Amino acid sequence: MELTRRDVLAALAASGAAVGAGISLTSDPGEGSVGEHEVATLVAVAHLVYPSEVEGVESFVRRYSIERVRDRPEYAQGVADAVAVLDEYSRTWADADFADLDTERADRTLSGFEVDTADPDPEGSDRERVRYYLVNELLYALFSTPTGGEIAGIENPQGHPGGTTSYQRGPE
Amino acid sequence: MNRTPSERADVCIVGAGPAGGLMADRLVSRGHDVVVLEAGPRFDADYDDRVQRMERSIRPAHGPDSVWEMGGERDAYESTGEKYYPLNAARVKGVGGSTLHWQGMVMRLHEQDFRLESETGVGADWPIAYDDLQSYYAEAEDELGVAGASDNPFAPPREQPHPQPAFEPSYSDSLFAEACEDLEIGTHSVPNARLSEGREGRSACVGYGTCQPVCPSGAKYDATVHVERAEESGARIVDRAPVQRLEHDDAGERVTAAVYATPNGEEHRQEAREFVLAAGGVENPRLLLLSESEQYPDGLANSSGLVGKFFHDHLFAGAGGTLDEPTRQNHVGFNTTESHQFYDQPADGSRGAIKLEFLNYAGPSPVEMALGGDDWGDAMLDRIKENYGTHVAVGALVEQEPREENRIRLHTERTDDHGNPVPDVVWSLSNHERRTIERANEIQHRILDELGADVEWTVGPENTGPAFHHMGTTRMGEDPESSVVDAQLRTHDLGNLTVASSSVFPTGGAMNPTLTIAALALKAADHVDERL
Repeated sequence: MELTRRDVLAALAASGAAVGAGISLTSDPGEGSVGEHEVATLVAVAHLVYPSEVEGVESFVRRYSIERVRDRPEYAQGVADAVAVLDEYSRTWADADFADLDTERADRTLSGFEVDTADPDPEGSDRERVRYYLVNELLYALFSTPTGGEIAGIENPQGHPGGTTSYQRGPE
Repeated sequence: MNRTPSERADVCIVGAGPAGGLMADRLVSRGHDVVVLEAGPRFDADYDDRVQRMERSIRPAHGPDSVWEMGGERDAYESTGEKYYPLNAARVKGVGGSTLHWQGMVMRLHEQDFRLESETGVGADWPIAYDDLQSYYAEAEDELGVAGASDNPFAPPREQPHPQPAFEPSYSDSLFAEACEDLEIGTHSVPNARLSEGREGRSACVGYGTCQPVCPSGAKYDATVHVERAEESGARIVDRAPVQRLEHDDAGERVTAAVYATPNGEEHRQEAREFVLAAGGVENPRLLLLSESEQYPDGLANSSGLVGKFFHDHLFAGAGGTLDEPTRQNHVGFNTTESHQFYDQPADGSRGAIKLEFLNYAGPSPVEMALGGDDWGDAMLDRIKENYGTHVAVGALVEQEPREENRIRLHTERTDDHGNPVPDVVWSLSNHERRTIERANEIQHRILDELGADVEWTVGPENTGPAFHHMGTTRMGEDPESSVVDAQLRTHDLGNLTVASSSVFPTGGAMNPTLTIAALALKAADHVDERL
């Protein structure tokens, strides 16, 4: 299932980023703590944590992440710190930055870091911050969109203002 | 912000929740100078702020109390009764009060609720009848923008349709309706304090699905609507100004000032002709108890000795499970079908009131499952698909008897950020309440069995919890020896002190209390206006 521009806008709306339908979504991170490397790392994490049937991941994550941290320097710093922490672990155990690992090694690295069982906490331990700022950040973005919801079986997921008709409809 | 007292005030209201907001709006519209002192902050009212609070409510890193910034020394409390009471989950301090996080269900009490002792021998009678409140209920529904329908055969008489059309039933409601029909259980719509159509600049519901604890669209009513309208009409709202105590005159007949603190450590006295306590069922009695004086050593307005006593709430009873077919849950965060068939009590008083709710948000939502699991990718999706989509649940509010031993009192050792004793919630369940919960469970299981559900959980007498409706702690009555306020909501002891809150409810039935709070606040506003 393909993630679209509509999904980017929905995910941004669910995160409180000030966006309107007419906004021009950039793929250029520009200046700030979340730069090209951080975006590439988020894309790599998304390829791992998103279900395989999701398509258009790179474009979705790139445009979402750049807009998400615009005007939120503190949050951007949290993301950048989490990327640095993940890279440090990745370099120690896999001899490369996380974004440069193939899928299998990336999975081994993220699991080896025990991010899967970590509690998400923006002020917690290294793995807890990775879980919060990278993994859960991306999962929240996906599952608060219509496409992410549909993959899971709900057209109007929590966090998405999908109207008041879908709850009345029976299953197809 | 200037937090010094107003030079002249007709009315000083303590608390900017629904009762305080409605009274401020009504009184300022009648030409009175109104000052509202609110202990909590004025939250940023813009859309983006609400959406960010919504994200906090969905993402598991943030505790539920953090969404509206409850907790810390300011909100310290103790719970020393038989049953623990999670007080800070049950309230919000700030402009808008607890309506910022409420569910938004707004039913009228039944006629029987006002004369319960006479009819059943349990509980207490109110000093007013349903008829006395009926027109105020209609006004309150209009003020809150209630979406409802006149299809409830168990409801008390009403004079006009609800101001907004009811939300249509959900798909799962249709499954329940069929099962209930076979069991001869009547179902009907739910009056909701959320707009089904846009009104006065507010959006209709757009289905964020996070009503409790935050509605980003503003379709769900919260008291900022009336506080802001009062302010536009000239009322003064002072936030972060917790009232420390009330002072009275030498005769002990009138309140003269509310002493409040400000963030810079100063204390001020706000004088006024009339005072209104609208700080909820915990802080109202606490403030009266904190306002002890030589003349009133047991606290203000407490010559009955009942301030803080008869604390009661509604108890949750519920059961749920899964069907072998889709049930389409979690698209919206509110309910659209209930049954009030088991509400009125039998004449022998053998059980309390029961209000059945058919949930539209049974089971976990996909986003919650994604964020809370210990897997990712296809394994995560498989788990979500396996666990989402077939849940059903029937909840219930169950009446709790007002009993003197359940109470809010001042804790003897622990103090808050201003050195005042914190509230101590003493709360327990009676056997009568346990039996009523069991009866609710019985009905719920019958419905789920008829539906063919595999029942997976039950909330019964042993694991029940409160619905966060604080009632009874400044009870209303005719007799000054057995009540704190009279039928006008004015304290028996002090002629210019009104209490507008569910704290005045002598009994609470099993209906969510806010519509009755709003109706009583509008009634109290009329009485204050007459006195001014």
